[in-house]
Amino acid sequence: MESLINLIIFLLLLTLGYVFGRMAESRHYKSIRQREDELRSLLVMPKKVPPPQYALYESELVMGNVVISVDYFKTFVAGLRSIFGGRVGAYESLLDRARREAVLRMQEQAQAIGAEAVYNLKFETARIGQSAGQGLGSVEVLAYGTALLPPSVYSEMAPQA
Amino acid sequence: MLISNMEVVPGKKIVKHLGLVQGSTVRAKHAGRDFMAGLKNIFGGELTGYTELLTESRDEAMERLSEQARAIGANAIVNVRFSTSSIAAGASEIFVYGTAVVVEDR
Repeated sequence: MESLINLIIFLLLLTLGYVFGRMAESRHYKSIRQREDELRSLLVMPKKVPPPQYALYESELVMGNVVISVDYFKTFVAGLRSIFGGRVGAYESLLDRARREAVLRMQEQAQAIGAEAVYNLKFETARIGQSAGQGLGSVEVLAYGTALLPPSVYSEMAPQA
Repeated sequence: MLISNMEVVPGKKIVKHLGLVQGSTVRAKHAGRDFMAGLKNIFGGELTGYTELLTESRDEAMERLSEQARAIGANAIVNVRFSTSSIAAGASEIFVYGTAVVVEDR
């Protein structure tokens, strides 16, 4: 009897994780794609040194972070995967979402201060939460870079050549 | 205080290097947040509470970094890097470091 209840709870969690996890993921991807289209004009480069046309620009550090949690279904699927080996698609999409979201937040911050480009993009990924010891609980991704702001003083004084 | 993660600052000249400066902070979530995060581990999605917490701790670490730089007379910090580690269950350390410099307009 007790094992039956346990099985029912497990199946319930699995279904809940599958349904809500899928919903959350597709909603998130939709919003990511939409915002990526809007922010396409703001240049983000992982290059260390900006080209000479930015020589007069002001620079400022911008960053964006996000913590995304796994769902029960993903944990289960990844657990199965670790027996057979191979690609763990469940976690790939999780990290992909987190990275793109972090970059978007960084771009939003850069846009808010009026930047034209962000150079020297760096990523930082960390596992957090009480399950940090076992498996993947939730991941934090931080994206940061240097935003380049057009020199307001110069552009007001003389039109740029 | 000018903070940048590039090695050079466009339009500025580094006239003096003052060495490494750093700032760190260790933060823990309160039990209520941890409980909510446990629930979220079933349904998936963003953990807004944790995102905010980490943003706050990063701001504090940056504040300590610039305080240290100001104390040794720098007016900019270049080559800034972040690092995050879970040092215990429910607590994470945010560490930020960079090079304190004195810059001048070119």
